[in-house]
Amino acid sequence: MAKRIDVSDLDIYYGNFKAVEGVNVSIEPRSITALIGPSGCGKSTFLRSLNRMHEVIPGARVEGKVVIDGQDLYGSDVDPVDVRRQIGMVFQRPNPFPTMSIYDNVIAGVRLNSARMKKSDMDDLVERSLKGANLWTEVKDRLNRPGSGLSGGQQQRLCIARAIAVQPEVLLMDEPCSALDPISTLAIEDLMTELKEQFTIVIVTHNMQQAARVSESTGFFNLNGVGQPGRLIEFNPTEKIFSNPDQKATEDYISGRFG
Amino acid sequence: MSTSTQQSSTGSAAPIAAPQPGGHRKLPSWAPWAAFAVAAVVAAVFSLATSWNIVLFVIYTVVLGTLGTYVASRVVEGPRKATDRLVTCLVVSAFGIALVPLISLVYEVVRRGAQRFDAEYFTASLVGVIGEGGGAYHALMGTLIITLLTTLISVPIGLMTAIYLVEYGSGRLKRSITFLVDVMTGIPSIVAGLFAYALFVLIFGPGIRLGIMGAVALSVLMIPVVVRSCEEVLKLVPNELREAAYALGVPKWRTILKVVIPTAIAGLGTGITLAIARVVGETAPLLITVGITNATNFNPFDGRMATLPVYAFYQLTQPGVPPENAIARAWTAALLLIILVMALNVVARLISRFFAPKTGR
Amino acid sequence: MTTTSAPPATPRPKRRPGDRIFAGSAKGAGILILVILAGVAIFLISESVPALTAPAEDVPGGEGLFSYIGPLVFGTLMAATIGLLVATPLAVAIALFITYYAPRRMAAGLGYLIDLLAAVPSIVYGFWGITWFAPRLVPFYRWLEENLGFIPLFAGPASATGRTMLTIGLVLAVMILPIISAISREVFTQVPSLHREAALALGATRWEMIKMAVLPYGKSGIIGGAMLGLGRALGETMAVAIILSGSAAGITWTLISSANPQTIAANIALQFPESTGLAVNTLIASGLALFVITLLVNMLARWVVNRRADFSGAN
Repeated sequence: MAKRIDVSDLDIYYGNFKAVEGVNVSIEPRSITALIGPSGCGKSTFLRSLNRMHEVIPGARVEGKVVIDGQDLYGSDVDPVDVRRQIGMVFQRPNPFPTMSIYDNVIAGVRLNSARMKKSDMDDLVERSLKGANLWTEVKDRLNRPGSGLSGGQQQRLCIARAIAVQPEVLLMDEPCSALDPISTLAIEDLMTELKEQFTIVIVTHNMQQAARVSESTGFFNLNGVGQPGRLIEFNPTEKIFSNPDQKATEDYISGRFG
Repeated sequence: MSTSTQQSSTGSAAPIAAPQPGGHRKLPSWAPWAAFAVAAVVAAVFSLATSWNIVLFVIYTVVLGTLGTYVASRVVEGPRKATDRLVTCLVVSAFGIALVPLISLVYEVVRRGAQRFDAEYFTASLVGVIGEGGGAYHALMGTLIITLLTTLISVPIGLMTAIYLVEYGSGRLKRSITFLVDVMTGIPSIVAGLFAYALFVLIFGPGIRLGIMGAVALSVLMIPVVVRSCEEVLKLVPNELREAAYALGVPKWRTILKVVIPTAIAGLGTGITLAIARVVGETAPLLITVGITNATNFNPFDGRMATLPVYAFYQLTQPGVPPENAIARAWTAALLLIILVMALNVVARLISRFFAPKTGR
Repeated sequence: MTTTSAPPATPRPKRRPGDRIFAGSAKGAGILILVILAGVAIFLISESVPALTAPAEDVPGGEGLFSYIGPLVFGTLMAATIGLLVATPLAVAIALFITYYAPRRMAAGLGYLIDLLAAVPSIVYGFWGITWFAPRLVPFYRWLEENLGFIPLFAGPASATGRTMLTIGLVLAVMILPIISAISREVFTQVPSLHREAALALGATRWEMIKMAVLPYGKSGIIGGAMLGLGRALGETMAVAIILSGSAAGITWTLISSANPQTIAANIALQFPESTGLAVNTLIASGLALFVITLLVNMLARWVVNRRADFSGAN
């Protein structure tokens, strides 16, 4: 299932403003790649460009290439909706659909696309996805309660279950733990290490310990100044980034000398 | 606060009244009430001495009470505090004045309308009725049919426009639609009626009266209200939910239909119900587009229809001889209109209470 | 890096049929609103052209369109102005009462009570006005005639039924009260508590706080609300049609007699059902005049309200 992502010479614009410039990177399948960097350096924008979510904002466009196992995401005949079915996303704040039960939230991706499915298959899918998100034992008795009644950490795992229920190949996570307490954060981190057996995971995080704990590779984004585009400064195995980075800027950032 | 003013103005009382913490002396909390009680007694004596009139009695009481409070406060507490108390009295009186029409209107309509609030009124039309009896069945049905048609025209257009403004719109088209919706909100109802008339005259020739014309006229009034309230509600749906759906590979139109609208459904229902309440009592546009008839007509595409407000108008202003019967029917129609509007308001409130998404938090 | 060339490297995103249809119909609905409004203007103009071009003696009244519409415009403006002058201070006081004087727990309920006034259909105001309100004003009008009759506004003879211009003004005031008060309430609750607390910290009384912090902040909101109320009063039809004893009095300044100019809207409602031919065109022409007047008032009101929104930082 998991696929590799190759990004070459990617520039991202909002209208005339260039938000991210010249990103070249290869993301390995079945691994966790962390993106770190100061606020506003374009790492979230870059993450969103990987499943064309940034197009939600009017005027956003990209130049360059994003290729997933040989398929160009920005090819002229590619429908962004199809892209997003292959590449799931989990957001900073847990956002279960308030009108739906836990059960409906998990199969939302299937049902909202009005795909026909047998009841028993749906039950299987819900159970599998919730188990995959380490949430099954906690909610199996109240699948018909509203999803917004869960705790923040449970809601975030519900959102992960919802994302993996559509069986994507890649899972993008935009600061998935920043709104959670340490115990919930730990639960999500454990979950990520399990999920990477099946998915290619890219995570944006402000928490450097988290990046060091979970990821195999780390990319460091930075920008030269306000109004300048963000750049990928360094992309290396996590161990190297945190022990002996190639760039001085990376070392400064990691050792807390700025940012 | 200038203590010297107080001292001089209440020279004799000064040694007794020990300055309170902060150096301010205050009227006891019962003082304004006492002032108004005294004023009421004086006013009663005065009105009895001339000729008893409840209106004059109330006016005298309020004026004298306010004056008394002001003077007492000025003497004890100084001019600044006195002005404050004066304004308090004025503001409370203003609210009281606003309640006079509300209470008298409801009382009057209920009292006079209850006379003919009977079974015949809801089952009979005016065919062949001279003098006593008769009802407003035909008018009630006409109002329901035309209101339903209006809703069927206005809600799709209004809701889709609101969706356009919130979900799709940008640039000049969005700005001009927003502006023109504002303009449309201000169209006088009679002008909406004239518009519908002029439109249908171009098609069918002069003198035409149809139920559908009324629905078109009312739609001109209802659409901007629907757009406005739906727009407000759709804006409240958090963007995170839209993004969550997009990230699951759901197309935008399905996201709107299956995520945005269900999340906002309580607010949409409330807004639409209130918009219906706004047009259900409209009279003027129906007067010139639908006209009036004595018989029951269920077909809005064929000839005149009776509607409750127009029925009430003609029964009151052209009652015939003897006038009492028609006038009683008119008041019952007015009562029915008020009940309809209030019921819609209550329904709107219930919708917003029971259909709101359950957060469970 | 080629930064400035910026060719449209990303093709326009491919859209699904469902999306195209849905987006198209949403846009269509929006455009339909433009069409409707244009239709209102065009149809009104096209139907009033015969009245504009007809010879003066054929127009009802026999003296041409402008001397027919003139008194109506005067009556409309007169009634609406009285309504506005009475309603605005009352509405502001009520809004102050609800936001700053009434106990917190009751405020919402009291606000709802005032909003009820807006829910009453205008024809019911007509019923109430002619049977309850107007007769009760008769003694007051007599008193005005006797004591203040030297002022042209209160010159006699006082009406015996109370169906006068002043009565209409007062009824209109009641009808537009809820709009003005609702908008004032909204701006008053938006006054930053920092401003209010600053005033109170200086030792201001409640009224001084309102004078220093609330009224300056809410001024343009009040003005905008009053203009919207004026727009409503100008177009009000049924209450006027029922209550006012209008006649071909032409332009008169007296407010308490039985001879009053009619308002445009009420005149249309009363004359239209019985009119044919050129009389209909004349009425539509007067409706066009009303449309233009309310349009100007409303646009001015929106401009005032929006200007406040731009400068207040409230959004």
